[in-house]
Amino acid sequence: MAKNISVTIKFWKQNGPKEKGHFDTHELKNIPDDTSFLEALDIMNEELISEGKEPFVFDHDCREGICGMCSLYINGTPHGKTERGATTCQLYMRKFKDGETITVEPWRSAGFPVIKDCMVDRNAFDKIMQAGGYTTVRTGQAQDANAILIPKDDADEAMDCASCIGCGACVAACKNGSAMLFVSSKVSQLALLPQGKAEAARRAKAMVAKMDELGFGNCTNTRACEAVCPKCETISNIARLNREFISAKLAD
Amino acid sequence: MSLTGIALILFLLFHASMNVVALISAEGYNMICGFLGANWYAVAATVGLAGLVVLHFIFAFWLTFQNWKARGTDRYAVTSKPKKVEWASQNMLVLGIIVILGMGLHLYNFWAKMMLVELVPCTGNHELATNGVYWIAETFSCPCYTVIYLVWLAALWMHLNHGLWSSMQTLGWSGKVWFNRWRAISCIVSTIIILMFAAVAVAYCFGYRPCDFNDVVNVANACHAGGLC
Repeated sequence: MAKNISVTIKFWKQNGPKEKGHFDTHELKNIPDDTSFLEALDIMNEELISEGKEPFVFDHDCREGICGMCSLYINGTPHGKTERGATTCQLYMRKFKDGETITVEPWRSAGFPVIKDCMVDRNAFDKIMQAGGYTTVRTGQAQDANAILIPKDDADEAMDCASCIGCGACVAACKNGSAMLFVSSKVSQLALLPQGKAEAARRAKAMVAKMDELGFGNCTNTRACEAVCPKCETISNIARLNREFISAKLAD
Repeated sequence: MSLTGIALILFLLFHASMNVVALISAEGYNMICGFLGANWYAVAATVGLAGLVVLHFIFAFWLTFQNWKARGTDRYAVTSKPKKVEWASQNMLVLGIIVILGMGLHLYNFWAKMMLVELVPCTGNHELATNGVYWIAETFSCPCYTVIYLVWLAALWMHLNHGLWSSMQTLGWSGKVWFNRWRAISCIVSTIIILMFAAVAVAYCFGYRPCDFNDVVNVANACHAGGLC
């Protein structure tokens, strides 16, 4: 049975990447606790607009945990303290206490400049993918389903890696602003399959070089990334990326 | 960073194994000290070791600077640490600085009175330069030094415990199976190293001496009475 709660939202306001930001607060009263957090922010925006204030800007899209657009740092945790393996859109108000102050911040990293408020520019991830996160047409035409036999474990692990939605929570949580969990998941999803092996060396080098060029930090294995990943990616992917990268460099 | 770290861990294993001899035989330990005195191979190894430490140190600061830049200018107003994130993993530089400071004290307590005296005459008592147990007893008879060394060793344990498995992860020699194995190996290796170092400090602090200690110390005292050079 749903009950109503009242909370104070303390949200980040910033007009652009070079502007100085600050916190604003808004009281949300009598919100049903089965409301999703993003719906609560929608309600807050309606109230702000009715008060003649500028609404709070944040990213969202599918609202079912598969697109990776929602990107809020809630009470010190990327995506908030959701169930394991869930994104901001799968966070519900029942996770908060009546009277609680909820602090909402953007992903903070040099690689993700703020566009406005809590909306950040994550084009850097697209650029990393463009650098090598694919197989080119030159690897041949599509094979018949059973022409290339792939062990079930490898296929499952590749699928797990491919489930990375590129939300950027790993970068947001990392004290080094490192994108290694994202890059390693994208390298692994191909490296584990025969179709991806042909270009494995070029891919690892190109994606790591692009990641460094875009100003992401280095991995120091704190494991903060895997602790907050909504798709439960693990740092064993990072070890695989390191292996692929070192092999590629040694082969040069 | 990982390669220099692993090389330094191997050195620590060697150093700790050597130290344990001081609990068994004073003469045996002094024999090792003589073997590792101002001989060309020991000096060459010392220079190589200093190079490794400097490289490790430079890499640490360079990586920290890059990571600090990558974090951006704004910091989170509210932070929380997930359970699986160890404090040591997020504070390796701080632990490293404590280790370096402790190393400075250690060099002053031992290296400056042993190898340096052999290399540069008139910087100390030449007769005592290879009398390692004498300097161990001299240093750890002061409880303050023992406490400082134990704090230093605790920081070193945390640094090694994260550093070893992290090195293997960085070199790509890890995965779903090996991750837990390396974590266990790191814990065991770092604990063994620290226990070996700590055992000598604590034992000498509480008055333990190997059975042939008096013979060695009598010679040492006689030399000490002779003054410098």
